Amino acid sequence: MTDANPGLRGKRPRRSPKDILYSESFRTAVYQIALAAAVALLGFYLYQNVVENLARQNIATGFGFLEQVSQFEIGETLIAYSARDTYGRALAVGLMNTLSVSAAGIVVATVIGFSVGIARVSSNWLLQRLATAYVEIVRNIPVILQVIFWAAVIRNLPAPRQAVELWGLGFLSNRGLTFAMPSAHAAHLWMLAALGAGIALAILASHKAKRHREATGRYIDMLWPCVGLIVGLPLLVWLGFGAPHEISFPERRGFNFAGGATISPEFVALMTGISLYSSGFIAEIVRAGIQATPRGQVEAARSIALRPRFILRYVVLPQALRVIVPPLTSQYVSLIKNSSIAVVIGYPDLVNIGNTVMNQTGQAVEAIAVMMLVYLIVSLATSLLMNLYNRLVAIKER
Amino acid sequence: MTQSAKPGPSADPVIRMSHVSKWYGHFQVLHDVSLDVRKGERVVVCGPSGSGKSTLIRCINRLEVHQSGQIFVKGLEMTDNVKNIDTIRRHIGMVFQNFNLFPHLTVLENLTLGPMLTRQMKKSAAEDLAMHFLRKVRIPEQSGKYPLQLSGGQQQRVAIARSLCMEPEIMLFDEPTSALDPEMIKEVLDTMIELAESGMTMIVVTHEMGFARTVADNVVFMADGRKVESGPPEEFFGNPREERTRAFLDQILKH
Repeated sequence: MTDANPGLRGKRPRRSPKDILYSESFRTAVYQIALAAAVALLGFYLYQNVVENLARQNIATGFGFLEQVSQFEIGETLIAYSARDTYGRALAVGLMNTLSVSAAGIVVATVIGFSVGIARVSSNWLLQRLATAYVEIVRNIPVILQVIFWAAVIRNLPAPRQAVELWGLGFLSNRGLTFAMPSAHAAHLWMLAALGAGIALAILASHKAKRHREATGRYIDMLWPCVGLIVGLPLLVWLGFGAPHEISFPERRGFNFAGGATISPEFVALMTGISLYSSGFIAEIVRAGIQATPRGQVEAARSIALRPRFILRYVVLPQALRVIVPPLTSQYVSLIKNSSIAVVIGYPDLVNIGNTVMNQTGQAVEAIAVMMLVYLIVSLATSLLMNLYNRLVAIKER
Repeated sequence: MTQSAKPGPSADPVIRMSHVSKWYGHFQVLHDVSLDVRKGERVVVCGPSGSGKSTLIRCINRLEVHQSGQIFVKGLEMTDNVKNIDTIRRHIGMVFQNFNLFPHLTVLENLTLGPMLTRQMKKSAAEDLAMHFLRKVRIPEQSGKYPLQLSGGQQQRVAIARSLCMEPEIMLFDEPTSALDPEMIKEVLDTMIELAESGMTMIVVTHEMGFARTVADNVVFMADGRKVESGPPEEFFGNPREERTRAFLDQILKH
């Protein structure tokens, strides 16, 4: 049959054992089964080992300890917490601190990274060299040293009594950054709402302007109207409440400050260290993205007489973003993980508090499992968001 | 104009290049090249690779900057004056060897980007214009696709339509068929021939000697950055004056 119709799809020709032995798919399957078996064996061995050791030391396993009272205080908390709360809540406090320092770090790293990255490809010689020097310095010094460096800088700032005054608005001292804040007032909540409304209206107005441009061909610069909406609405609310202008200025009192708001030295040091470190990598990612856009794209845009800012906005950036976003995701994820360096300067992040919990309860395996799981979830969530964004900017090829 | 005009064609040239030179570092790519192009004239520039023919036409819309000599487009001198560059670029369309379509935009968006942003046209008017030129290049049905979903020949025709949407008076073609598979060259050449028949002023850098023979009013041969000779096609192909030209034609026409 196979002889009669060699080209037709029919029953497979019978394969000899030798054929199977040499076939690619057979070998691939064998390698995969062997690898899976090895991993399973190793996992089982480790598990067995841990269980035996814990049993020998009479340590109870399980996550019951999360319900026990922690009996330790935490210096910086975003949610209500005291030594009478549980270990679980202590870990939550740590997670909040990790998230807040990471979020601030991501914003700062992104702003600096994009600015420096664009400066790296600037035609301004001085600017370009300065940007290059910056990148080489911040990304070639281990992040842990940078964090310790900033912590040392802040620790060596003068005590509150001799604090550096910042134009009458605040103080920089070894207690961190203390700055003036408007005294609490009912207007503030409404102003926040007005800010949200302003941003929503600005987005709406920009869409309207775009629609208008498409309909009439007339280009309207929406920058200032949008700024007006976003700044103006809260301002109006503020005036409507009779312009409450009482501001709580920090004053030196005793060995510390009274009034105002303070960001702790540890937060400032950690945030500065990890965000500057990441900004160096982000700058290189942005530079690579811009340079990956083929020259021909810019030439084609010039040949239809597009102005430089339109070329950047409509031709270069959309194409650069698709190169920038995947490695940028890795940078965000690694910044979040780098925040665990907090432990060396005493900022109460998840790892720092996790260590304390571990020391007090002796439940090392569980505590580390919790930390790893939390980091995994946060990192995966970040990746997921960025991947969704990446799909938005991707280019269709077929 | 400080340049004393040579006794040239009676009509004022729309493009006048006089004594244009350009260097890349110490390497001179253009040696004192002069070329006049009258309205409606079709000029074909040919020559071996590295002869500076692409550089020459890229100087006309300042994708390359010439370092000495003068270039006038419709009487306006191309200098580093931003306004002049902008005005001149609006008069000139350009088609590239590698198409250079914007891959993140649909065919229609590729065509409407220029009219909407530089000519401040309404979206609906820009789309009508785009569809008009897509019909001209015979691919209106592809308007919703992305460039990389099209064949090379289709992409190049979209690129021609994109330039035409700016309604230029002059079209520059930089080896428009060199990146195409043989069976797609014809569809692009046919589009260019139709454009030539409509009276468009064209400067075409190409190795397609058949196109030069049938379409060109003036054939320019370049070698080593110099304009070696130029003339109407029957003279150029029938009786080339220079040895370099003969050698080049022998080589290229053998195939």
